[in-house]
Amino acid sequence: MKAQLTFADIDVSVNVPAGIRVIDVSEKVGSGIVYGCREGDCGTCMMEVLEGMENLNTPSVLEDKILRENMAGKRFRLACQAQVIGDVTVNPI
Amino acid sequence: MDAVINAATNREAIQVAERVHWVGALDPQLRTFDLILQTANGTTYNAYLLRGSEGVAVIDTVKEEFADEFFTRLESVADYSEIKVIVLNHLEPDHTGALPTLLQRAPQAQVYISYKAPKMLKALLKDEQTLQFNPVNTGDEISLGDRTLRFIHTPYLHWPDTQCAYLPEDYILFSGDVFGCHFCDTRLFNDLCGDFRFSFEYYYAHIMRPFRKYVLEALQHIEPLELEIIAPSHGPILRDRPNSYVQRFRELATSKLPIEQGSDKTLLIFYLSSYGNTAKMAQAVCSGAETVANVRVSLYDLAGGEVEPFVNLVEEADGIALGSPTINGDATKPIWDLLSSMVMIETQGKLGAAFGSYGWSGEAVDMLESRLRGLKFKVPVPGFRVKLIPTEEELQQCHDFGVQLGKVLTGKTTHKVIDFEDLV
Repeated sequence: MKAQLTFADIDVSVNVPAGIRVIDVSEKVGSGIVYGCREGDCGTCMMEVLEGMENLNTPSVLEDKILRENMAGKRFRLACQAQVIGDVTVNPI
Repeated sequence: MDAVINAATNREAIQVAERVHWVGALDPQLRTFDLILQTANGTTYNAYLLRGSEGVAVIDTVKEEFADEFFTRLESVADYSEIKVIVLNHLEPDHTGALPTLLQRAPQAQVYISYKAPKMLKALLKDEQTLQFNPVNTGDEISLGDRTLRFIHTPYLHWPDTQCAYLPEDYILFSGDVFGCHFCDTRLFNDLCGDFRFSFEYYYAHIMRPFRKYVLEALQHIEPLELEIIAPSHGPILRDRPNSYVQRFRELATSKLPIEQGSDKTLLIFYLSSYGNTAKMAQAVCSGAETVANVRVSLYDLAGGEVEPFVNLVEEADGIALGSPTINGDATKPIWDLLSSMVMIETQGKLGAAFGSYGWSGEAVDMLESRLRGLKFKVPVPGFRVKLIPTEEELQQCHDFGVQLGKVLTGKTTHKVIDFEDLV
């Protein structure tokens, strides 16, 4: 199953296998999303989901906790945790 | 105000304002702080005690080995049972070292920390279960009866958790590490101390400069405040012309270079070349980027310049391209020197790119791209390598590489769709 992950900051869409994490694509393609711990703990990689929030996996308990601690709004996810299961457009914050 | 103050003569609290005392510690022997900062005459760990009609607040503590000095000063003006509030503006151990003991002695006290700080506090105290704290954000207030503390979250000045606490009744800003410096003077107040300007500037350059964007955001909250005293967590207490230090932060966070390019985007190309091959590539990249309207390109041979002025240029630039040959399986030292100096400045979100000629293995370009990503540059245009002497066709590709960089800078790229397999 394929999905399309679009990085708005560099205007590039990548056809990806469904289930892949955003982190596994964004650095390779050169998007400006930045990473810290890479394991869902520090909140550095918070990104804005411009379109297709419903096409990301449901946040884990851990990710949900980190998002709440960082007072993230509903349109934000952690790029190191979010898995793409359909077409999604994201942007660095 | 007292004409003669010497914090080293005894361990009593020193009055800062009618209801505020300094209960910090002097560390005159310190010469290196956090491995990266030199101090010419040590530092101070400033903690403060605020007395309201309905209780006492302690604002920050000190480094663990100076806890005795802190507690002795605190005990000279308050009883532990009076402490209602403990404010931690920043959780770095030089300000929280005395916290565990303070919590034991004043178990009734409520701890107030930035909403970004809970996880760090738990890690510091190794206590997930029993620790009680109150996360706060900009605009939140706590009341001590006739005195109030109003919080201003100042993220990345210089940790994610850093905050200031403003005392509106007395116009005092407890600023944490903001407006601080490593300077130990027993006279404590800026109008009495020796000349500490170099420490103030040095502290800004090493601690705050990498977060320039956040400095400017914080100043938007701080500049409107009426200020009679800035009470930072290191160095002199700024009671003489406190606003001049706020203004100096504004100056330091503002561009150091005249803005000549107007609204043009700036691309800096730095290169090194042993046989002239990477130099030819750099010139071709430059000529390509120059063809894109509203891009101003500069070309620098790193063999002919010192790194520090280039760091100032990079701070102002929109993008950089680094050209290096591969020597002994690595990029060349001046390039690494330039990159290692960039931790001093804000690089997040700038455009980065790498290219270079090589003889055998050609690792330099990949290595430079990795480092650029580590510095939080975005690297959307894949690096370009040429084996030995670039052909005319390869120079044309370098030219096109430059055009691409210019288009990315100016947002003129056309939407691209690629397959994941092509990225690997």
